[in-house]
Amino acid sequence: MHRYRFVLFRPLQFLPVLFGISVITFVLVRLIPGDPARMLLGTRATASALERIRAQYGLDEPIWVQYLYFLKNLSAGEMGRSIVFKTDVLKLIATRIEPTLVLVTGSVLLAILIAVPMATIASRQRGRMPDQAVRVVSTLGLGTPPFWLALMLMIVFSVKLDLFPVSGYGRTLSEKATHMVLPCLTIALSLSAVLTRSLRASLIAQITSDQATAARARGLSEGAVFWRHVMPNAIVPTLNLLAVNIGWLIGGTVIVESVFAIPGMGQLLIRGIFSRDYMVVQGVAMCFAVATVLVNFLADILTVAADPRVKL
Amino acid sequence: MIVAAARPLFLRPFPGRVTLFTGLLLVGLMVLAALLAPWLAPYDPVFQDGNARLAAPGAGHLLGTDNFGRDVLSRVIWAARVDLQIAFLGVAFPFVIGTVIGTVAGYFGGVVDAILMRIIDVVLAFPYLVLIIAIIAILGPGLQSFYISLALVGWVSYARLIRSQILILKSADFVLAARSLGYSHSRIMFRHLLPNALVNSIVFAMSDMVLVLLGGASISFLGLGVQPPTAEWGIMVAEGQGFITQAWWMTTFPGIAILILSFGFSLIADGLGEKLGVRE
Repeated sequence: MHRYRFVLFRPLQFLPVLFGISVITFVLVRLIPGDPARMLLGTRATASALERIRAQYGLDEPIWVQYLYFLKNLSAGEMGRSIVFKTDVLKLIATRIEPTLVLVTGSVLLAILIAVPMATIASRQRGRMPDQAVRVVSTLGLGTPPFWLALMLMIVFSVKLDLFPVSGYGRTLSEKATHMVLPCLTIALSLSAVLTRSLRASLIAQITSDQATAARARGLSEGAVFWRHVMPNAIVPTLNLLAVNIGWLIGGTVIVESVFAIPGMGQLLIRGIFSRDYMVVQGVAMCFAVATVLVNFLADILTVAADPRVKL
Repeated sequence: MIVAAARPLFLRPFPGRVTLFTGLLLVGLMVLAALLAPWLAPYDPVFQDGNARLAAPGAGHLLGTDNFGRDVLSRVIWAARVDLQIAFLGVAFPFVIGTVIGTVAGYFGGVVDAILMRIIDVVLAFPYLVLIIAIIAILGPGLQSFYISLALVGWVSYARLIRSQILILKSADFVLAARSLGYSHSRIMFRHLLPNALVNSIVFAMSDMVLVLLGGASISFLGLGVQPPTAEWGIMVAEGQGFITQAWWMTTFPGIAILILSFGFSLIADGLGEKLGVRE
């Protein structure tokens, strides 16, 4: 079990990163032009009321004291209040997690379903037509703007064929499922391009590896060698790449949620920016950053679990 | 071999040359379209023809018109100027800043390097687009804000990349030779180490252009980048969003333009990578 000792120590290494995340989000919000007290109370507030609010939120203190207040509130699960929604930012975010989580997991699963067969064909027919075709398709996939792809899918599948709803999220489970097909597909098509290229490269490296040759020497068929020896080894770095790309994936959900009007965290972020609801922007940005750190941590654990040689 | 050597240098076969030249061709065509926009575009990109609103693609307007009666083809051509600028400038600033910081940090090492690596960790912890959007929110919408936010966020990848190369190279014999000749640190860093370390960064910069182009178009699509009535592909798609049931051409063609340009950049990156033996 000593291989897993890093699970105990790695979170300690996260502390500087988490500290940095808190500093950046704090600084970002303080850099915003305008008086927060006035923003909270509105333009008709009296001078004494403004003074009271400043004292209450510590806005009259030096900046580093304000940062300590910010940390103290944060440790108590207090991220401030949304001016627009009139609720606690953390509670607001909690109601928005589900659609985003569904979107991310759905598109990751779909992307793997697309990437595995594509990379399999490309690596087993290396250099021939199918390989070239996969290469062109995945290069195109990398360059496709997600907001445009979303609208194209909408035009074809919602407007012309009337198979899926145009936008929104729905209430019941089946409604949600049909609403999420096109958004997930949008992200999956781009993501699968990244995964296919990576998986193809590691499959090719594994096909010519010693252990694959050894398996062939034992008389295993090429198919058995591929699925039992080549694929399991090749898929680990690709799954790791998925974790590295989580930030990119979150960026994709921000755009796709805006296009399809899905009430998730990404849409909340964009709305927060347009309505100058800065506590919301701060909260969502922080949650996204912490999620990214966590996913990378999980990926480390999975990598160690999958490959006994890896020591972290 | 002798036959191959007799050919001009640029025609000699090398791995990835078809990819590279196809990419150069696509990007070259886009650059040409941008430069020749006043002569190529059949109409003024902001001229509103009240009699030809939402006209379908046809003889008068090859790619149709938008809801203001503006010619889509002319706008797509003029937009090439803005989007190429986004891709080039959006990569140039982070490239220069990141390369200088990464070179210095990698060369000297020590505390500065350690602090720098932590800063890079923190910046990379934020989803790229989220951090850029948050910074633009503070600076106010516009292309200028987009470039500033990119410079603030994008340099980390370049710094990390060049730093790792410098770390490998700095123990090489030619560095020792330069040092024993009494050259200054800055001369060794920027005239001896950097030219040898740049290959990976240049290939990465080409693939980064795809990311920056899509990022810039996305930001503009969300209404935080280029502002109307300027023709830009991302904005054009956004303007067409409300008309997808009546006028598919408003959204379709600007998106195809983005796709062609980013495909070109990707091909150049792949071709260069293969030629120079750079692994992703």
